[in-house]
Amino acid sequence: MTENDVSSRGLSGLDQSRLDRSRLDQSRFDQSNLDLETPEKPYLDSNELIINMGPQHPATHGVLRVILKLDGEKVLGTECVIGYLHRGVEKIAENRTYAMFNPYVDRMDYVAAVSNGLGYCEAVEKLLNVEAPARAKYIRVILTELNRIASHQLWLGTHALDIGAMTPLFYTFRDREEILKIFERYCGARLTTHAFRIGGCQYETYAGFEKEVKNFLTFFAPKIDEYEALLTTNRIWLERTKNVGVISAADAIALGVTGPVLRASGVKWDLRKAQPYAAYADFDFEIPIGENGDTYDRYLVRMVEMRQSMRIIEQAVNGIPEGPIMGKVPKVIKPPVGEIYHSIEAPKGELGYFIVSDGSTQPYRIRVRPPSFVNLQALDIMVRGLLVADVVAVIGTLDIVLGEVDR
Amino acid sequence: MPNFIMSYLGSTVTPGEAGNQFWALMYVLIIFAGVSVAVMAMNWLERKALAHFQIRLGPMRVGPHGLLQPIADALKLMLKEDIIPAEADQFVFWVAPLIGLLASFTVYTVIPFGPSQAVSDMNIGILFMLGVSSLGVLGIVVAGWASNSHYPLIGALRSSAQMVSYEVAMGLAVVSAILMTSLNDKGTGTLSMIGIVQSQQQQGIWFIFKFFPLGFIAFGIFAIAMIAETNRAPFDMAEAESELTAGYHTEYSGLRWSLFMLAEYAAMIAVSSIAVTLWLGGWMRPFPNLLHAPAWDFIFSLFPGLTFLGLAAIALIGTARMPSHSFFKVQRIGLGGFAVLLGFIALVLLAIAAAGRSVETSLAARFNEGIGYVYWFVLKVAVFMYLFIWYRATWPRYRFDQLMRIGWKVMLPISLGVLVVTAIVGVLVK
Repeated sequence: MTENDVSSRGLSGLDQSRLDRSRLDQSRFDQSNLDLETPEKPYLDSNELIINMGPQHPATHGVLRVILKLDGEKVLGTECVIGYLHRGVEKIAENRTYAMFNPYVDRMDYVAAVSNGLGYCEAVEKLLNVEAPARAKYIRVILTELNRIASHQLWLGTHALDIGAMTPLFYTFRDREEILKIFERYCGARLTTHAFRIGGCQYETYAGFEKEVKNFLTFFAPKIDEYEALLTTNRIWLERTKNVGVISAADAIALGVTGPVLRASGVKWDLRKAQPYAAYADFDFEIPIGENGDTYDRYLVRMVEMRQSMRIIEQAVNGIPEGPIMGKVPKVIKPPVGEIYHSIEAPKGELGYFIVSDGSTQPYRIRVRPPSFVNLQALDIMVRGLLVADVVAVIGTLDIVLGEVDR
Repeated sequence: MPNFIMSYLGSTVTPGEAGNQFWALMYVLIIFAGVSVAVMAMNWLERKALAHFQIRLGPMRVGPHGLLQPIADALKLMLKEDIIPAEADQFVFWVAPLIGLLASFTVYTVIPFGPSQAVSDMNIGILFMLGVSSLGVLGIVVAGWASNSHYPLIGALRSSAQMVSYEVAMGLAVVSAILMTSLNDKGTGTLSMIGIVQSQQQQGIWFIFKFFPLGFIAFGIFAIAMIAETNRAPFDMAEAESELTAGYHTEYSGLRWSLFMLAEYAAMIAVSSIAVTLWLGGWMRPFPNLLHAPAWDFIFSLFPGLTFLGLAAIALIGTARMPSHSFFKVQRIGLGGFAVLLGFIALVLLAIAAAGRSVETSLAARFNEGIGYVYWFVLKVAVFMYLFIWYRATWPRYRFDQLMRIGWKVMLPISLGVLVVTAIVGVLVK
């Protein structure tokens, strides 16, 4: 058996031409420093190794398949193969009424289901030209920010696990449980919550909701310090994350990257501030930004974001107004003919819904702009020239959810 | 009783030196069984300790507090289908785990659990140990290659690169300890494992404290290198599960896989034994020269019994804390029985300690002495085992190139410097 046979077997049916990067070369962003296709001087006189990472791999966060082209351990290029979790959510929407489609969006980013629901409900509300009452907006903000913390906790745990630190995973899951308990008591579901309805909220807050949320805040503040004690100044953690997976602000913008990944590159862009939705205009909070756009900055940005989310929740719980929780929405939702794009700042970035209405009870077309899908594009330029171990670190730091990537 | 059994009992040298094949064989069997049991215990302890680090309970179902879990695991692994991939190199795939196992168990022939409690005392003991324990990596490399699969291959390459980077620093750290053995009247050092411990006794100091901080630095370098040598976190790149699925043993299953695990844990105990022997006074109890009165001897000889008494007490508390539901009846009886067994062992050990004190030259006294040696040696090794678990629970994993950089650019110069400074200080002191 020749060496060629060995290296080509990893492709499992895909020919080499699929790894051709020519499509990316024509893209707008500067590629001059990314030309790592052929190493100037290979480590050894060896063939390139093509291996499959995923779809079943401990570090791919679901069923992502990354085809890696390696020189030894050095990554020359990657190709993401997605679609293993494709359920055709957008197509399903065309055969459901607006209200019926609402639970489906929870299944896209299933670790941040509340945010998905918020984005969808607000988009349809915009299309209907109704507004949720103030109290509903506050409830939405509280739950969404709780969900942001939960999502970041899951990210932190799995990201640390990818880099080899097992213990933070269990700590974050322990504390995430408290958030899920609040969700469960509010709407009966822990993960796919379906918490909001078009026009407001279905459920009034349960007795003791405010108290429980406040209890969570006091409970959680020292827990973040605990996570940080394990990682932030840990020498190995610093070495594994600093200057790993760097993406410049220009590249990030050109690729449409949003969320903490964009902010870690130094771009102060957060839809909660840039185009306030729900009740975010009422609250005082800061947008953390990084400097280097590396994995460590993304880590820090998300850690600060958790603290800022706590600030928002505290203000919202203290200032929650009385009043109705459901706006004036007709029994049969029949938006006027037209189209709308509405986006919110989900934990992973800009989550947008583009809805085209033909005036019937069912949307003519729904297109979701999922942050994970767009951010995943950046994987290739982030890992070129790094090592295999960095690929899992970068996949972790992008914080992708395959349910959202594939939809 | 045949002569070849009785003749050795009064001896103060190892069976290997005494030329007594029977007792050498007995020691080999005892060590083999002991290490296997220790690996099983370590397996349980690691899962439990790691679980408690991570706010979990760990194994709780098989036996009280999962005490029978290692046995259940071993049975399961033996019964599992033993897959050899079609494109693997059949023979090499078959032989690879055996190489690793052989390497890590052969090391035990020279590990001194006491001045005569070793299979043999080679005059090149430490060289033999380092050489043979490094062979373990051959098993890993061969396994990765024979699997004929990408992830195992990368794991194998990482493992060999890791070994090359760390073996040198490790060797130099060992040399600086050996250098210290030559600081006696004769001016000659020793490579014999027993000799190294004895020279620590003669000089009245553990080498970790010798020429402070020189011994300490050398020990530190060895302690880091030995983690890399055994492929444990944070240097577990060869089997980094989040990067290479399972690394070099991705394609292995069933008994063959368990042989790799057995080899890994046995190697962990072996390298810890080297560290204990070279720097921590081997079998010696704390302050053997300072507190050498018979009364102190007696007090220290109570430790093994008291330890078992403590374990029995823990087991008893566990029994008492078990829910009173009838579902736990068998478990309660089991754990209670275990507590009684531990307590019985404790009583036997205490009785031997008492007998050894009253009749100075009897067999009991000698037996008592032996128990003390093994006890202190095992206790020191156990501390290292706990550290291995602690590291794994706390730290992220180093990256391949970072590990190599630390090995070559940090640890090697430091260990070289420590060696040179130790030599200079040694000459000046003399």
